[in-house]
Parts: sequence; structure tokens; C-alpha cells
Amino acid sequence: MTSIAEIPPVVQSARAHGLKAVFQHARYVMRENPVTGFAFLMFLFFVLCATIGPWLVPHDPLASNTAQALKPPSALNWFGTDQLGRDIFSRVVVAARLDLAIAISSVLLVFAFGGLSGVAAGYFGGWTDRIVGRICDTIMAFPLFVLAMGIVAALGNTVTNIVIATAIINYPLYARLARSEANVRRDAGFVHAARLSGNSEGRILLMHILPNILPIMMVQVSLTMGYAILNAAGLSFIGLGVRPPTPEWGIMVAEGASFIVSGEWWIAFFPGLTLMLAVFCFNLLGDGLRDIVDPQRRT
Amino acid sequence: MDRRTFLKSSAAAVGGVAAPAVWSPSKAQSRQETLLIVSESGPNNLDIHGVGTNVPGYEVSWNCYDRLISHEMKTGPNGAPYYDRDKFKPELAEDMNVGDMSATFKLRKNAKFQDGSPVTARDVKWSLDRAVSVGGFPTFQMKAGSLEKPEQFVVVDDQTIRVDFIRKDKLTIPDLAVIVPCIVNSELVKKNANPKDPWGLEYTKLNTAGSGAYKVTRWTPGTEVVLERNEQWASGPMPKVRRIIWRMIPSAGNRRALLERGDADISYDQPNKDFAELKGNNKLRIISTPYSNGIQYIGMNVKIAPFDNVKVRQAVAYALPYQKIMDAVLFGLAEPMFGAKAGSPLEVKWPQPHQYNSDLAKARQLLAEAGYPNGFETTLSFDLGFAGINEPLCILVQESLALIGIKTTINKVPGANWRTELNKKTMPLFTNVFSGWLDYPEYFFFWCYDGQNSVFNTMSYQSKQIDGYIEAARVAAANNDTAAYDKSVKDFVGLAFTDIPRIPMFQPYVNVAMQKNVDGYQYWFHRRLDYRALTKS
Amino acid sequence: MLTMIARRMMLAIPSIVGVIVVTFLLTRVLPGDTAAYFAGPAASAQAVEEVRVKLGLDQSIPVQFASYVGDLLRGDLGASLTTGRPVVTELAARLPASTELTLAALLLSLVIAVPLGIIAAVRNDSWVDHFTRIFTTAGVSLPVFFTGLLFVYVFYFLLGWAPAPLGRLDVFYSSPPEWTGFFLIDSLVAREWETFRAALAQLALPTITLAVFSLAPIARITRASMLNVLASDFVRTARAAGLSGGTVVMRYAFRNALLPVITTLGMVFSFLLGANVLVEKVFAWPGVGSYAVEALLASDYAPVQGFVLVMAILYVLVNLAIDLLYGVVDPRMKVEG
Repeated sequence: MTSIAEIPPVVQSARAHGLKAVFQHARYVMRENPVTGFAFLMFLFFVLCATIGPWLVPHDPLASNTAQALKPPSALNWFGTDQLGRDIFSRVVVAARLDLAIAISSVLLVFAFGGLSGVAAGYFGGWTDRIVGRICDTIMAFPLFVLAMGIVAALGNTVTNIVIATAIINYPLYARLARSEANVRRDAGFVHAARLSGNSEGRILLMHILPNILPIMMVQVSLTMGYAILNAAGLSFIGLGVRPPTPEWGIMVAEGASFIVSGEWWIAFFPGLTLMLAVFCFNLLGDGLRDIVDPQRRT
Repeated sequence: MDRRTFLKSSAAAVGGVAAPAVWSPSKAQSRQETLLIVSESGPNNLDIHGVGTNVPGYEVSWNCYDRLISHEMKTGPNGAPYYDRDKFKPELAEDMNVGDMSATFKLRKNAKFQDGSPVTARDVKWSLDRAVSVGGFPTFQMKAGSLEKPEQFVVVDDQTIRVDFIRKDKLTIPDLAVIVPCIVNSELVKKNANPKDPWGLEYTKLNTAGSGAYKVTRWTPGTEVVLERNEQWASGPMPKVRRIIWRMIPSAGNRRALLERGDADISYDQPNKDFAELKGNNKLRIISTPYSNGIQYIGMNVKIAPFDNVKVRQAVAYALPYQKIMDAVLFGLAEPMFGAKAGSPLEVKWPQPHQYNSDLAKARQLLAEAGYPNGFETTLSFDLGFAGINEPLCILVQESLALIGIKTTINKVPGANWRTELNKKTMPLFTNVFSGWLDYPEYFFFWCYDGQNSVFNTMSYQSKQIDGYIEAARVAAANNDTAAYDKSVKDFVGLAFTDIPRIPMFQPYVNVAMQKNVDGYQYWFHRRLDYRALTKS
Repeated sequence: MLTMIARRMMLAIPSIVGVIVVTFLLTRVLPGDTAAYFAGPAASAQAVEEVRVKLGLDQSIPVQFASYVGDLLRGDLGASLTTGRPVVTELAARLPASTELTLAALLLSLVIAVPLGIIAAVRNDSWVDHFTRIFTTAGVSLPVFFTGLLFVYVFYFLLGWAPAPLGRLDVFYSSPPEWTGFFLIDSLVAREWETFRAALAQLALPTITLAVFSLAPIARITRASMLNVLASDFVRTARAAGLSGGTVVMRYAFRNALLPVITTLGMVFSFLLGANVLVEKVFAWPGVGSYAVEALLASDYAPVQGFVLVMAILYVLVNLAIDLLYGVVDPRMKVEG
């Protein structure tokens, strides 16, 4: 016979065990896959740059110094200076905050809208499913970059609109994933159990199904964050990027690109390298997360 | 096809493409007679009378059509050939006789259109009628020289045409030598016109129908224009280059690479930095000429507070980082329009430098006197179509204005919207370029400062006083009263400088880079290339 | 088969209608005043209005939409204001350039990524596996325009290996007689070997730029799918029956692993068509992408609408083709509507 008082410790330990298992699995994956470990360290580094970078940089990222324009990397300016003599190292570090902000907020936005509507579509089926499906089909039929361009050109080139455009073109990815995962789970045991214990449909959706598919969605998050940064860079190249003089990796690469032929390679190279490392790190991290979340589907 | 052969054949196709692809073929003989020009954008219409023809389209029109008259050449400020504003030479006309209220032109007898039909006075009348009637830019340009009504163009006989003046205007004859009054093959175009399109604009949009030295033989919009020499051209010495291939290369870096590797013969619209550096190496011929009658300026909308206050405008004029812009943005390739010696007299010319200079103490003092000791916030707009100059320029201006407390947000306006934004006249602070084809100060001021408030008066500046000076200069010019003219020009330039609704910063350069074996470049008021004079050895 | 195709087409109609409506609305929200732009630098307010009437832009949005749809049904996509030509003609002339480039990149990418994926799967968790992962991920981590400009700088400007980035053919070649619009095929058909070489040389750099960008998804899916198949019973049986490793991998495993790869191709193709827009701008490639970008920035509605429509139709067709390909690769698959 078990007394009621005995139950909580069991649950607690099961939970602790579960967490520990995940943690152990993660450690196992990291050890097995040094690449993921490396990506994770890089990610921490970028987060660090974004949070405390602005206080660490040696120069004011916005201050011009025309006497020092177009200087190659040196002890004073580690990444050299641009056309107006601004310190590229400082600009690259400070830009991390904006770039991560663009990536994270666009992903959060699409995560919320795409995830919710996808789960609803998969769970309820019927009209909800058809509407969400149509929206996805329509967006997918667009050449995505041109859709993003159109949105930013029409609404104006502000950071908010870049975020919105990126979120919209990623919508089908999230909605479809959430839909198929929710669809699989709508008849699962735990859902039936929740329904029998008197939960409303909305509550089942939000409290039971959604948490269940979160881990799989997280993998997508990491992959699309990289894409969001690339997308912003592409928009900068055709003149639809953020307002000057705000430092942003994409716009720095786009502006520096015209200096490559004349030999000032550092203007585009360092922001380009940083941008590449960030996207690279998000992509590798996504792969690694997939391994942790879903060991069977290791790719 | 079954699946086995499908897989095999796709594998074969894969093999074909993956082979290394590095050959560098050249066809030497045709290179000698052909000139390869690269630029960022190309024409959208081959006829300058068309709706919305862009600037590259003007170049096609200039080379494929003749006008009655053109300009002689003189030696320019940089030693290169430069059009002579005051000397005209016959083109389709072999003789020009200017009377008090009319001018009579006799046409060349041997002049033929490119389809072989002779050029007659009826063609000339039809073409000039067309220019004053189609509306839009061509009609506007004709009006600038008091050419407004078809009745002004009278056919005297097959070879003779008379242009009647509706008023005395010094700009009438110069206006007949700009690009717009080009002579079109009226019979050919009329055949391709219809009641909805009486002037045949649809036909001339895609085909050249002139008597000019070149004709367009192939045109892929956004990609390429190919022009061949007209072997029957009678209006001047036969051009040396048989074929012009004009390719659009959007990336400035790639255009520079093409030049430096010797693959392209001519490139213009390169960034200033490229020209500054290419001047240094001796592989290329670089010619820089200041824009005639043109300046880049910072404009302030005088209808919007606080720029309605002259002291605020003067404070801004003292706060601009002129020299920094000259060095870091323009790489020295422009004429400074600032920092004239204090107390030095005004000249009778435009553009000319003003006496403002970067002087932050004075700027702060003026701003305080105006009642803004702590500055204010505003928006600084620029045209993204010219981002190469405008963006760094605005960043420097923003930084410099922040030092006297004026906080600005930079607003990038896409090229397509720039004109709309200018037209609305709601931008408080902006940078822009204006230049006039007709190189006369009163012409510039009439469009940019006059109270009629044309689209070019981007500052919404209205002053009875300046209107009076401009009108006086126009009347004096028409009557050849030099003393009165000189005084009026000095009056309006002086007032523009003290009231300073627009702050001239510099006179930009037209830069052209070409291979050493290419010669004969001429500067024209329209700043585009004249293929007829080019040679390649 | 034909009914299947017809049914698929019917199913695609709603999303194409969606694309038409969204594009139409989006282009009308573009901030530029087309009439002011085309009225020229010196136009008075009255002149701008005249141009507006001439362009039909004075009508209300629903009326404009109705006339647009009416034209569309007659196969008229309108005319571009910037280039002055009918959009249909321009798209038809430019589409082969874009598809030739995209297909070439897709092929190149397949040739590199599929073997890499197979080796990575066979040598799972070895250094080859890690290398493949890092190499392909790095490729997708750089903005394409940057890779393109870098390639031009290194291979044209510095080394001189690649020809001048002047578009599809060097200036002094004339394009081969048109048959498919693909220069590589047309020049072969016409037996113009010189032209073929020149076209191939021009195609090389943009193709590599695009291919680098698409290695990752193909390699990743090949590896995953191979891993699945290698772990399956029939492969184990084949190995147990004493068949050599190479035979097992190539003849049995790879063929079965091909299906998911083909499914991914559709996605990669439309992804590449999007990336094309930037690559075309870098290499002065006369394709539909650069055309659409220019038009969008000039608030020139018709080409943008036409481009998006054509891309949407192409997308549907490609997916249809891939479903058909499914049937060819695996006869067991019954294609359904």
C-alpha cells in the first residue's frame, strides 16, 4: 500500500531522472560529435558579443575618422577601417546584437504564428487545416526571396519589416511541421487521457500537444535563425537593408563588396566571415539539436 | 524511357557540365572595329520623346538622330574637348540665319534618313511639332527656350524651315541644339502610328528612325544595346568606330575589373574612388570634367520649422563637414563650392563657391540666437539610386550636425520614389543634385529658386526679391544688356547665399575611364557619350 | 496518367490565384508613384496626372484588378514601363537563361553532394562524415552575392581563369540559333563548338556559386536516406549473401535511397530560383530574376506580377515533374492526385 505522501518524491525523482537523462544524452552527443560542441561554444560567444560587446569594443562604432579611412588591419584597428575611417572590429562586434535580434525575433514570430496555426490545423483538421494548407501553398509558390523583397519594399525598410518579411517566408516550414506532428499525436494516449479528465479542446492543444512537439520545433528554430541573417544580408545587397549608420553584418558585407576589386578586402571580409560563422553555427547547432531531440532521426 | 536509361542519361548530362570550363577565346579582328562600353543601366526607350525615357535613352537619341544645329568644340578646363556654349555649327541644316523674331534654316541637300528617304523641311516641322506636343519632359524642355506651339515652325520650301519666336529669349537657339529637337523620319513613323498613338511613340520606342550617325541594330533591355554606323551619314565626318556594343553590368566592382583587365573599352558611372585610383595607374585614360551648371547641395524646406528660420539655415551651413566630404566621399574628384575668401566679390557665373566653411562655434552661436541652443531632431533623406556618394555623405553630415545638437535620422529613399518625395515637398532636410542642360545662371535659378515653385525648387523657397532679380536677368539677356545682366546675376546669387535655403557643397565631376587606345572623348552638356568622335587604334 | 496531371493542375489553381491576388496587392502598396516616375524630372502636377490616366492608374484598385485579370485571361501580362516591352516577351526571352543556370547548378550540386552524402553514410561518424557536414554547411552559410563577387575577383580578376562576367556569352559571339533557349544545348544542336565552349565558360562561375549554396540540403538528405537503407533488412541480407560492399551500396542501397533525394530536389530547385535573383545581378546574367529585382525597385508593377506568376507556375510544374520522376525511379510508387 502506498500512502499519498509517498508519491511526490517518486515523481520528482522521475523528473530529475528525465532531466538528467536529457543532460546526459546531450553530453553524449557533444562528446560523440565535437562539431556540435564547437557550434555550441560559438553560439555562446555570439550571445556574449551581443550582450556585453558594446561595452568592450575599443572604438566608437559610429565615429568616423576620415584621416584614418580605408586602413588595413593593424594593432590599432584589428579589422581595419572602412571608407569613413570607422573601426570595423567595433562595428562587427556591436552588430551582433542587431543581427541576433533580427534572427531571434523573426523566429519567435514565426514560431508563435506558424506553430500555433499548424498545431491547430493538425489537431482539428477540416476547415482549419484547409485554410492553413492553402496559406502555406500560396507562400511556397512564391519565389521566397522576391516575396521578402516585395514586403520590405512595400512596407518600408525598417528592422521591424525585415523581421516580418523573414517570418512570413518561413511560415510554411513551421506550420507544416507543427501540423504533421500534431496530426500524429491527436489520437495518442496522453491526448485521450487529457480529454477524459475533462480538459477543453483548446487546453489540450496548448497544454498537452504543443509542449510535446516543442523539441522538434526547436531544431527548426536553429536552422531558420541562420537563414534570417542571410536573408537580411541579401536585402541589404539590393539596398533594402537597415538604416545607416547602424552596423549590421549584411549591410557591411554588401557595402564592402564593391571595395574587393580595388584591394580593400578587409571591409567585406571580416563582417562576411563573422556572418558566415554565425550562420554556420546556427546550422550546425540545428543538426546537433536534432540529434539530441530525436536520436532515431539522426542525419 | 525506362528508369535504367533515365539514370544513365542523366549521369551523362552531369558529366558534360562538370568538365572544367576555362577557355579564353578572342576574336581579334572584330575587336578592332568595335567599342565595348559598360555601364550600370541602359535605356528604357530609344526615343527621347517617349513617355519616361531615362537618361541612358538620351544617349541613344543623341547618337542616332540629327538636330538642325549643334555646338562647336573648344578646349575644356581639363584640356579635353568641351562643347562651346556660345558657338553653333550646322548639323542637318547647312545654313542658319537668325533674325529679330525668327530663325531660318536651310537643310543639307544630300541628307538621308537611315531608310534612304531624303530629309525634308516637312520632316523637320513634324519632328518639332511632335516635341512641343507630346507632353512630359520633351515639351517642358522645348518651353525652356520659348518653343511652345506648332505654329512657330513654318515650312518655307522643301529645303527651308523657319522658326518663329513668340518672345525674345536668349535660350531659343541653344534650346534647338539640345537632345530633344531631334529630326525624325516622319513618313516612316506615320506609317507605324495609329489614332491612339498619333506620334508613333510605340514604334520609335523600339526602333530608331533618324538620319543620325548610328542606328540601333539590337536591343535587349537591361542587357545590351548594339549600334552600327550609318554608312550614309551626311551631317558630319564619318565616325571611326563601326560598331558599339553597350553592355549593362550592375556591379561596379565587376565593371572596374573589366576595365583593368582590358576587356571593356569605356566605363562611366564608376565610384569616385575607382577613378581616383585608376588615375594613379597608367594603364587607363581617365577624363574628369565638372558638371556644367550643376551642384550637389543640402536642401532645407523653408516651410517646415525650424528651417523657416534663416539663422538655423546658416547654422547648418556652418556645421557641414565640407572638406571631409571632399576627401572621404569624393576622393577629391569634385570642385569645392564652399569656403570662398571672406569679403571676396561675387562673380557673374554659376556655380560659384559661397563663403560658409566648417565652423562649429559659429554654428552653435547662430543656433542659440535662433532659439535652439540645444538643437532639435529632424530627418535627413537621400536618393538610394546614388547611394555610393549619398550614403557616406549623409553619415558624415549626420555626425557633424550631432555636434551642434541637431539629431538626424537617415532616410533612404529608393530611386523610383525620390521624385515623388521631392514633389511632395515634405522632406525637411535632404541632399540632391541639380544640373541644367542650358548653362546659364538665370536658367538654374529660374528652376531652383523662383517663386513659381517648380519641382526643382525643392526647398519651397519663395521670395519676391529673388523673383525680381531672376526676371531682370532674363530680360537683360534677351536685350543683350550686359551691365544689367551682370548686376542681376550677382543680386540673385548673393541673396541665395545669405538666405541659404540650399547649401551648395560641390560641383560633381563626370568621370569617364577608357583604355589607352581609345580617344576622342568629348564633354557635352548632357554628360553622355558622343560616339561619333570616338576612335580606337 | 493524363487525368492525374489534370487533377494536379486543378489542385494548384487556388494557390496560383492566391499568388496573383497577393502580388497584385503588394505591388499597389509599393511606395513609389509610378506616374510621377515616368512623367519625367520636370513634370508638372498636371503632366503627372496625364501620365496616370495614360497608365490607367487613376482607376480604383478593384477596377485595376479586374482589368488586370481580364488581360491575364487573354494571356497579356502587360508591358514593363522601365524596358517598354511586353512582359510576356521579356519573360520568354529571359526564362531560358535563368532555368539553364539553375539546372546547371542543380546538376553540379547533385554530382558533388550525392557522392559526399553516400560516403558520409557509409563511413558514418568518420572524418569524411564530419568534413562533409562542415563543408556543405559552410557553403550554405555565406550570402550568395558575396560568394559570387569573391569568385569573380579571384577567378577572373586575379587569376584570369574565368571569362569576363558579361552575361551568357562573350560580346564577340553571337547566340546560337534558338531551339530550346539553352545556349549549351542549342550550340550543340547547331554544331557550333566554339560557341558551346564560350557559353560553358560563362556559365561556370555563376553555376558554381549557386551550387555551393545548394550542397547542404542534398548531401544531408542523401546521407540520412542512405543510413536508413543501410540499416534495413534487405541490405543486411545482401551482405550476408556475400555480395561485395560496393555492389551492395551502389546497386541496392543507393537506388532505394534515391526517393527522398528526389523529393528534396523540388524544394532545392525553388530555393535556387530564389537565390538566382542575387547571382544574376552579380554576373550580369540576363535572367528573369534580375529583371524582377529592377522592376520591383522601380515600382514597375507588370514585370513583378508576371515574374511571380511564372515562378509559381514553374514551381507547380517542377513538383509535378518530380512526382512523375518518382514513378520512373520506383515503379512501385503509384502516383496519385
